[in-house]
Amino acid sequence: MTAIDELFVKLKGQGKKAFMPFITAADPTLAFTRLVLRKLNDLGCSMAEIGIPYSDPIADGPVIQASYTRALGSKIKLHDIFEQVAAERSNLTMPLVSMVSYAIIHRHGAERYVEAALSAGFSGAIVPDLLVEESEQLARICKAKQFNLIQLVTPTTPRERALRIAEQSSGFLYFVSVTGITGERTELPPDLVDRVSWLRERTPLPICIGFGVSKPEHVKLLAPVSDGLIVGSAIVRLMEQATQSESAALASIESLVTSLLKAME
Amino acid sequence: MSLAPSVKSTTQPVETTATKQVPDLQGRFGDFGGRYVPETLTRALDELIVEYNRAIADPDFHAELNELLHRFVGRPSPLYHAKRLSNQLGGAQIWLKREDLNHTGAHKINNTLGQALLTLRMKKKRVIAETGAGQHGVASATACAHFGLPCVVYMGAEDVRRQKPNVFSMRLMGAEVRPVESGSRTLRDAVNEAMRDWMSSVEHTHYIIGSVIGPHPFPMMVRDFQSVIGRECREQCLTAIGRLPDAIVACVGGGSNAAGMFYPFVDDHSVRLIGVEAGGRGANPGDHASPLSYGSPGVLHGSYSYVMQDEDGQTSDVHSMSAGLDYPGVGPEHSYWKDTHRVEYTSCRDDEALGAFDFLARNEGILTALETCHAVAKAAETAKTMSPDQHLVICLSGRGDKDAAELARLRGQQW
Repeated sequence: MTAIDELFVKLKGQGKKAFMPFITAADPTLAFTRLVLRKLNDLGCSMAEIGIPYSDPIADGPVIQASYTRALGSKIKLHDIFEQVAAERSNLTMPLVSMVSYAIIHRHGAERYVEAALSAGFSGAIVPDLLVEESEQLARICKAKQFNLIQLVTPTTPRERALRIAEQSSGFLYFVSVTGITGERTELPPDLVDRVSWLRERTPLPICIGFGVSKPEHVKLLAPVSDGLIVGSAIVRLMEQATQSESAALASIESLVTSLLKAME
Repeated sequence: MSLAPSVKSTTQPVETTATKQVPDLQGRFGDFGGRYVPETLTRALDELIVEYNRAIADPDFHAELNELLHRFVGRPSPLYHAKRLSNQLGGAQIWLKREDLNHTGAHKINNTLGQALLTLRMKKKRVIAETGAGQHGVASATACAHFGLPCVVYMGAEDVRRQKPNVFSMRLMGAEVRPVESGSRTLRDAVNEAMRDWMSSVEHTHYIIGSVIGPHPFPMMVRDFQSVIGRECREQCLTAIGRLPDAIVACVGGGSNAAGMFYPFVDDHSVRLIGVEAGGRGANPGDHASPLSYGSPGVLHGSYSYVMQDEDGQTSDVHSMSAGLDYPGVGPEHSYWKDTHRVEYTSCRDDEALGAFDFLARNEGILTALETCHAVAKAAETAKTMSPDQHLVICLSGRGDKDAAELARLRGQQW
């Protein structure tokens, strides 16, 4: 069992749902990333998703794109990110997953990537541009090394295919709420609850919903039908303030996360 | 274990002979190609594969496309014997496959008409496209105006500046041109933005990719639509020369004109195939756009192919004075042809291409697109090493009117 598997067993026993913020590594600095991780951990987040900045993120909206651009502007390397996450790891009780393009994994080699991520303290990876058909090799390596490969299901995924993706996924299944890119939405699709419920009855894997989740109303609607929620752009938007004032950015993030965590209860 | 700062490619060159029987059902050309896209796009790509297979098995589809290519585009494009050019160089006989004489002034229309017909067959209501030099944007706008489809074209802001006449043409035909301000503000960023649009609009929109790049089935489908160039050229050579040519030269950005020209000749081992990438200002990183010459295999824009990238897999900045070649990636079939040694790839600097522009203008009275000039320059070099009883074909992929203002600017002249 990975730390993620254990987390969901524990939450289920407590009748709770996971709350998982997404932050971009090294936006604007890795020192700030460490501060935010500690803050999220201390506020009681179940898990954190760390975005590895990528030059051509086609699944991401303007907020995360801009954040990746800021991070890459300082010539940050994967090695630096892993080194700083490893240094912070002992202060954190929550599991960590990386959100990373296959372009980066391929360049380092799947096995080397997984080994380096594990030793930095990550429990799994979400690879948004790796389809289930192309993921066999990485899935095999992840399984052998007890590392979760979290795959995605979207509103355009046919039901048969969603079941196949669920079978190939580990840790949890990432249910993308909207047909589109990352970013806050005022409204989420009306059939989202039905789609998630349908799949949830058919897989033992926990299902977490992400993309567009940004408001307490979303949390109240979606937490009961899922095993967890992922909030990205709404938090990343606040990280931009850190270029002016890190303490102001941390305070804004704390206030947003606190309100979302409250809505989970 | 920690990550070493520099990582060598794990892919070894394939020691096999290139075959025309590619890609496989997963979209693989040898190791290259595939589909590296978000799950959101899978259903649309699967639908496109099904509809494309239906269409190419349907005689009515071919009849309609061929009729359009003949009467709307003006095909077949001539194979022209450039005698003055041949004599000036004193080597091989040079033939120009005149794709510049197509309606809209380049080969791009061969593909957009095919994909616009597929859009109608799939009952999609809207078209998006990316463009670099603007030729694919113009060809998309043209096909969409012809069929009454709304069309949005993403174009890097830098390319909007340097290819202004094409931007104007697109708008005249009712297309909406959206300048892209992110990244290097060139073709790569335009592809990113078009992909993002498609992520949200995929249920009712078709994305007409303009080159042999992107996720399967695009590299195969665009090659097939462009192969009309090579098929015609093969027939025309047999008629005009009485045999196949000794060499064929084409420029390679994403590589659609080259793929369409080369593919029908892949099994003709007597024919040398030469692809010319943008050498920019020189061989230093960031000064050129030549992934086949200087890059390594990696993932960009949905497929696995040679790409200019750093040790982390981040796409590198590239440079070419020609907007259509200013791209860090290349079609996966070109990577396959490189590793199987079927096609020789080389690169041509900005200044060499500019020289070729003048040479063709003054000796033949043809203004050639800056992209195509890269092929002309290397073809001239190659022709000089050949004898006058040998024959070399250049794929003259586009005309140069669009570049007049940019040429004037590069030379500090009034336009």
